[in-house]
Amino acid sequence: MKKLLRNFFDGVKPNFEKGGKFEKLHPALDAFETFVFVPGETTHSGAHVRDGIDLKRTMFFVIIALVPALLFGMYNIGYQHFSQTGEAYTLTSAFLYGAIKVLPMIVVSYGVGLGIEFLFAIIRGHQVNEGYLVSGMLIPLIMPVDLPLWMLAISVVFAVIIGKEVFGGTGMNILNPALTARAFLFFAYPTFMSGNTVWVADASTVDAISGETILGGLAAGKEVLSETAAAGYGSWTPMEAFLGLIPGSVGETSTLAIILGAAFLLWTGIGSWRIMLSGLVGATVMGLIFNAFSVNALMATPWYQHLVIGGFAFGLVFMATDPVSAAQTNKGKWIYGFLVGFFAIMIRVFNPAYPEGIMLAILLMNVFAPLIDHYVVEANVKKRLKRMNTANA
Amino acid sequence: MSKDIKIKRGVDIKLVGGADKVYGEVSPSETYVIKPTDFHGVVPKLLVAEGDEVLAGTQLFYSKDDDRIRFTAPVSGEVAEIKRGEKRKILEVKILADKEVRYESFNTGNPAELGKEKVTALMLEAGLWPLVRQRPYDVIANPDATPKAIFISAFDSSPLAPDYDFLMEGREADFQAGIDALNTLTDGQVHLSTRAKSTPAKVFSDAQNVVNHNVSGPHPAGNVGIQIHHVDPINKGEAVWYVNPQDVATIGAFFNTGKYDASKTICVAGSEVNQPRYYKVVSGVQLSAMLNGNLKEGNTRVISGNVLTGSKVSADGYLGYYDHMVTAIPEGDEPELFGWIAPGFNKFSTSRAFWSWLMPGKKYSLDTNMHGEKRAFVVTGQYESVLPMDIYPQQLIKAIMVGDIEAMERLGIYEVSAEDFALCEVVCTSKMELQKTIQEGLDMIKHEMS
Repeated sequence: MKKLLRNFFDGVKPNFEKGGKFEKLHPALDAFETFVFVPGETTHSGAHVRDGIDLKRTMFFVIIALVPALLFGMYNIGYQHFSQTGEAYTLTSAFLYGAIKVLPMIVVSYGVGLGIEFLFAIIRGHQVNEGYLVSGMLIPLIMPVDLPLWMLAISVVFAVIIGKEVFGGTGMNILNPALTARAFLFFAYPTFMSGNTVWVADASTVDAISGETILGGLAAGKEVLSETAAAGYGSWTPMEAFLGLIPGSVGETSTLAIILGAAFLLWTGIGSWRIMLSGLVGATVMGLIFNAFSVNALMATPWYQHLVIGGFAFGLVFMATDPVSAAQTNKGKWIYGFLVGFFAIMIRVFNPAYPEGIMLAILLMNVFAPLIDHYVVEANVKKRLKRMNTANA
Repeated sequence: MSKDIKIKRGVDIKLVGGADKVYGEVSPSETYVIKPTDFHGVVPKLLVAEGDEVLAGTQLFYSKDDDRIRFTAPVSGEVAEIKRGEKRKILEVKILADKEVRYESFNTGNPAELGKEKVTALMLEAGLWPLVRQRPYDVIANPDATPKAIFISAFDSSPLAPDYDFLMEGREADFQAGIDALNTLTDGQVHLSTRAKSTPAKVFSDAQNVVNHNVSGPHPAGNVGIQIHHVDPINKGEAVWYVNPQDVATIGAFFNTGKYDASKTICVAGSEVNQPRYYKVVSGVQLSAMLNGNLKEGNTRVISGNVLTGSKVSADGYLGYYDHMVTAIPEGDEPELFGWIAPGFNKFSTSRAFWSWLMPGKKYSLDTNMHGEKRAFVVTGQYESVLPMDIYPQQLIKAIMVGDIEAMERLGIYEVSAEDFALCEVVCTSKMELQKTIQEGLDMIKHEMS
């Protein structure tokens, strides 16, 4: 197998080298070859041995962490659809129903996104970066299930080009590309991104369905979350919200599945525990403040329920921790994470037009992350200057 | 007087092939080499020609920038070859050694009585001055300056590093004389750092006129730059000097005997060495003396120095001037099928993204594969976790990349050297060449300041 693949690449390679027929397409072949083989490239300068980790593996591990949310999301789509239409279903049929809805979204996301990445690599003569591997999975997971595929494709185009490539590609972007896609759709096609018809599959065509999210319900002043809420559609128990058996974006409903992914990211050391922990603290603090002054249903929602509804958990674990768009210093990560959590709940409560706050909170803090880092680094610089002044006094 | 320094951040890379504490037999090498390229920033001007007879301690070349800094022959014999590279750059001055080493004699004495000027002049003349290096810039010390302190790190924490207690056995008198010589050079103190939680050898524990420090923690705890940072950090305009313990003994022996005796003990280690052990050699020795018949079959990388900071040489190459060890590890030039996704039981990583985390005590046989391709900065916080300094490494690297001198100063360039960034380079997911970048930054700032 190894030999066969090696021979294949060695065979076609000359066509892609300088002077070959497909010289311009070299980055594309290179991307495939390095996908199959980690290159035999050895160290030349500096340290002779290197850590086994590379960007491919890092990105791949984030995708593994997304798998529980993805699989649960598939099941939940079927579950929401069948349970609300009243049709009979089994675990398998619910899962299959969801899979049929979600897989095309994933295919479109990767197809369009990677296509653009390859195109840019070829135009620039660069290697293809791995950045989109994660964004490509994140984007379908934060979209409503009934989003038309062509809209998804446009949002991917926007995210990759405006969110990333105009800044110079992976590692250079200011905003989280996946959230850029969602924000773009939210402002460009708001009717497909909010309201009570998009969160449950086929909700717009079947009358009986109450397809609004818990947050949507809360914003409208309804009581949708209670310990005894099992009666009737449009009302859920906190346990259902925690498990994720509620309407919402494809992958963001199950706090449990997200915690599994978070545990994996924290254990492997790939996700930032500082951001996740301080984000949780920030949200708790804001939630407690609102609880103290509760005047409406959203403000009165117990602080711990805020942590399990909406996209909060998903955003905190998978979006806020994006190392490129988050704060980069360790102290900065504490501040950044805290403010993401704090603003997520604040926006959620104060902005009835758009009850999901985590997306805007993260995008807002993405913009401020460099500023936070600047002050953290500047404090360090001041310490050094002060030391110098005392030393030379 | 002793102080404890606890280093928390860093990582020990455990490799197979550690040296046994025994001396290997070594037949004297026929040729010895001194490589001007070992001295950063030195442009050599030759004082000898091919065919000249030299003694151990005879001047071979000097630095163009400071003609007092002389480089002398480690052994006596005939200048066999002056090897040049591109633009006639001098790469090696090779000496065909006599069977019995003959020494130039110098009129030395007790350094404490000689005083700073005389000590400096003698060391310059005999070619011992290059053993004294300075921070900032990580170059040979400026003989005109008076450093605020001199540091000696009495242990090496890098992978497979030699045990200095063993290296320095029996060199008590020379080591003390060396310390006395160094004490004349500074108005401040001479600092000696030993590894905490071990009983240091007599040579270190009995040393007089030094400030002792007990340093604990993983590599780079043994790096002198880390110790300086924690004891007496360097500010703009200041200088700290440092000398390796064996070189301190060489300096001491010089004052005790009036001869430049360039002998040293080195360790030869690594997974590709059949019998990893210690050898008594002379500086600039040809490595084949120790490696012939001692290397395993296969494509091997021979490194003069350690795997983090050493330089690649051939198996019949020569020992670097500042090196105290030779490492041989496998070359990793084979493409690995789906290597980025494989479980990786044998891959070292500071992340837990490989199964090898299940075996915390495991010793690795690492090769020279990059394990991935160069990428833009994506992952953050990695450098910070292995650099125990109160500076922001990634920001400093970026400042160097854009050539912002002022930012480099503010972010602490005066305190760092390339070796301090070696671990950052190892753990970097984006496979950046950080040591090279730091060196460029140091060169840039030195150029700007002079």
